[in-house]
Amino acid sequence: MPSGTPTSSPESSKTAQRIGVPREVFPGEKRVATVPEAVEKLIKLGFSVTVESGAGVGADVSDEAFKAVGATIAADATALWNTADIVFKVRPPTLAEVAQMHTGQTLIDFIWPAQNPDLMQALAAKGVTVLSIDCLPRTLSRAQKMDALTSMAGVSGYRAVIEAANAFGRFFNGQITAAGKVPPAKVFIAGAGVAGLAAIGTAASLGAIVRANDTRAEVADQVVSLGGEFVKVDYEEEGSGGGGYAKVMSEGFQKAQRAMYAKQAKEVDIIITTALIPGKPAPKLITAEMVQSMKPGSVIVDMAGEQGGNCELTEPGKAVVKHGVTIVGYTDLASRLAKQSSTLYGTNLFRVTEELCKTKDGVINVNMEDDAIRGLTVIKDGTITWPAPPLKPAATPAAAAKPAAAVKKAPAHGEASAPMAPGKLAMMFAGAAVLFWLIGRSAPTAFMSHFTVFVLACFVGYMVVWNVKPALHTPLMSVTNAISSIIAIGALVQISPVMGAAERPNGLITWIAAVAIALTAINMFGGFAVTQRMLAMFRK
Amino acid sequence: MNSSLATVAYIGATILFILSLGGLSNQETSRRGNLFGMIGMTIAVLATVFGPQVNSGGYAWIVGAMLVGGSIGLYLARSVQMTQMPELVAFMHSMVGLAAVLVGFATFVDPTATHGFEGAAKTIHELEIYIGIFIGAVTLSGSVIAFGKLSGRIGGNPVLLPGRHWMNLLALLVVIYFGGVFMGAETPEAGMVPIAVMTVLALLFGVHMVMAIGGADMPVVVSMLNSYSGWAAAATGFMLNNDLLIVVGALVGSSGAILSYIMCNAMNRSFISVIAGGFGTTSAAPKPAGGAAQPAGEVVPVNAAETAELLKEAKSVIIVPGYGMAVAQAQHTVYEITKFLREKGVNVRFGIHPVAGRMPGHMNVLLAEAKVPYDVVFEMDELNDDFPATDVAMVIGANDIVNPAAQDDPTSPIAGMPVLEVWKAKTSIVMKRSMASGYAGVDNPLFYKDNNRMLFGDAKKMLDEVLVVLRT
Repeated sequence: MPSGTPTSSPESSKTAQRIGVPREVFPGEKRVATVPEAVEKLIKLGFSVTVESGAGVGADVSDEAFKAVGATIAADATALWNTADIVFKVRPPTLAEVAQMHTGQTLIDFIWPAQNPDLMQALAAKGVTVLSIDCLPRTLSRAQKMDALTSMAGVSGYRAVIEAANAFGRFFNGQITAAGKVPPAKVFIAGAGVAGLAAIGTAASLGAIVRANDTRAEVADQVVSLGGEFVKVDYEEEGSGGGGYAKVMSEGFQKAQRAMYAKQAKEVDIIITTALIPGKPAPKLITAEMVQSMKPGSVIVDMAGEQGGNCELTEPGKAVVKHGVTIVGYTDLASRLAKQSSTLYGTNLFRVTEELCKTKDGVINVNMEDDAIRGLTVIKDGTITWPAPPLKPAATPAAAAKPAAAVKKAPAHGEASAPMAPGKLAMMFAGAAVLFWLIGRSAPTAFMSHFTVFVLACFVGYMVVWNVKPALHTPLMSVTNAISSIIAIGALVQISPVMGAAERPNGLITWIAAVAIALTAINMFGGFAVTQRMLAMFRK
Repeated sequence: MNSSLATVAYIGATILFILSLGGLSNQETSRRGNLFGMIGMTIAVLATVFGPQVNSGGYAWIVGAMLVGGSIGLYLARSVQMTQMPELVAFMHSMVGLAAVLVGFATFVDPTATHGFEGAAKTIHELEIYIGIFIGAVTLSGSVIAFGKLSGRIGGNPVLLPGRHWMNLLALLVVIYFGGVFMGAETPEAGMVPIAVMTVLALLFGVHMVMAIGGADMPVVVSMLNSYSGWAAAATGFMLNNDLLIVVGALVGSSGAILSYIMCNAMNRSFISVIAGGFGTTSAAPKPAGGAAQPAGEVVPVNAAETAELLKEAKSVIIVPGYGMAVAQAQHTVYEITKFLREKGVNVRFGIHPVAGRMPGHMNVLLAEAKVPYDVVFEMDELNDDFPATDVAMVIGANDIVNPAAQDDPTSPIAGMPVLEVWKAKTSIVMKRSMASGYAGVDNPLFYKDNNRMLFGDAKKMLDEVLVVLRT
């Protein structure tokens, strides 16, 4: 790819594909599958973009805004479905929409293939290619930027807290006012996935006391990092079911979990439930008795409403009051924050398109060799390819390698290092003993006294220097440098001519010694002076 | 002054030197430590000058030489830039090395020095001369090359001659052989040839050793040469029967050895492997085979305004400086930014990797020069646990010391090297001239992380722009 501006060349514009974004037809759906910021980038990739008139109204994006960045506006849905090569949508298509599709078209959308087998059959019959954004292999780190489930869940989690705050009759944060003390609200969040974590962060930042629970013990740290408190179930079982989802737990665990929920229900003011198990109805965590045991005016926000709800009394899509507790079962939380969720979703779809169109020439290539795209693609040219085979273990070695590469921690400065292996220590002692024996056997006594001084001085130096702070290593070097100019002593004792020793070349030695003194004087004066200068700079 | 009095003065000087090094254990006592060193040196020199071995014939020479050397030294100390400290230190090492060689030669040609030595004592004395000159010569030429590399007069890349280990071994054998010849020599004239050959070989050996070591291994080399200059002084002490020289040489020698050890630990490399040559020699081969180690993803560049925005919104910031900051002379701008942010109540701290820069403690000195208070400057181990709670980690001109591959990728050439975990911060900003890899030649997966931003350009210029935006 030699140039960065692929749109202008005539060859590519001939084959460039058209992305169509229809208005969402699901009742109450306000989101739109793209936003002007994303359109701009799509056009840069070489695509042309058509948006159905009024598609962005729910998300506060006007047709003019789309036009301004280069999109064309289609008057109605039929015109759009007919002309588009690629269709971006949010909600699964209705059968009426499927009827408008044509062979060779590509649809990128939430499909939920497990829940919608009929829709899958209808799409396959049309001979289209379908990428279901909810089938993205989330464990690929490359896939994170495309992960619309995560971005939608984040928006929903935030909105769930806002809905709870709306229905709740008190402050979230504790206050001491002139009119008296207000205790902070207690919020319990069941399930610490993306939505749960977003809810924890939002509730905590509003000042509530936040507790959370999840069957996956490894999320405890994340809960704490967002300002929540992790509540453990008093039962040992690991609940990680792969792909970042939880699995169905054993009977014993569920019993212990129910006891914990019952206890929390009595204590807290607000419960937000986010527990989902892929392809299964949502687990019933909050029973009718638990709701009864809650304080009047409490709020339950059930984010699993679409899958039947985590609370027995939830009415999906509605907010109801039962036993004095408001139970919010809205299934369109992300849609209730349409501008934000559309922006995120539009960016996710742009990232998907980017992966599909690596050549940046406005033509997508559904490359089934690519792990991320293989996972996304649920129908390829009319053939159902869902479910995708499990990921090749490409990601596992990296994870497995981590403990192997665990860094050997060097003993910190000034800390006692770990005791040496006895074998190694014995060998060192043996080596030192042999060396000392050799020296002791052959050296004269005069040498031995110097040698004693030398060895002891080495040890003194070792002890003293270990205490020097790393920050002062440079001054240490320059001061030892200055001190090593003590070698001047050697030259000083040589410089004087020795009388009465005729064979001594006095003149030569004096000259050599004088040069040596001059050199060491550079060190002596320079070293101390520069150390002084440096040390004077260290200040608090 | 009689010889006992001189010896007592030497003991006093020795104690003062030990106290001097001890004083460096923290910043408060460090200035006093340096003062002890100066007093010790003055006592030692005066005791020698007025001692029994110097007579009035030498005074004029001593004063003259001291004046010349001293004024050069003071001039250098005044004029040196703090970024040039590694060069100055290397230069001074070479002075010690040269002085050791000269003193060795002077002793060698002085027949009165060997008076009264018989048998084993004579052999040992000659061996001391031989070893003293050898260490001095290696220190001299090694330091000269290190000076050249540090000041940019010689390219920083390792120069690896074919069969270099064999060449070194051969040189060592020749040196040992001529050592035997030297010991057997009856007259100074007969000893002159072997000692000259040995000196030349030692000089070549020093050149060869340092040429084979690359730029970022310089902290090890500088501290190693520091150690050698100490051993050279100790060897001279043995040669001249002077305990003061032996003690001080041993102090300096072990100090340098410890520093070398600390630097090697900080790079997770053995001393031998550093000395044996630069990165990319043995580790280059398995890397392409590893293949999977290539980081994938995209780099997110930012400009100065966005960087300023990130800094403004942060509550806590950790700055990780590297050699790039020294090269760009950016420390003063870093201080201005730090001051501005601290006045806004942002918790700004510095994280220093032990081998950041070109000599041990280099970054600390630069930051101190720029008036950064030392209580916000931390070591790697003190700070590494704090990154997850940090909003912005700003890396200025460093690469390998913040490379996550050292922890994640066992096939990486730098696997196991302790690194500053900047990627755990909410956002990391890396300031670099380009995408070029660091000294180790390893691509840095940090640059491709989602929470990392790249600010390309000269560190000083970009930071100046950041500062301007911050102040508006």
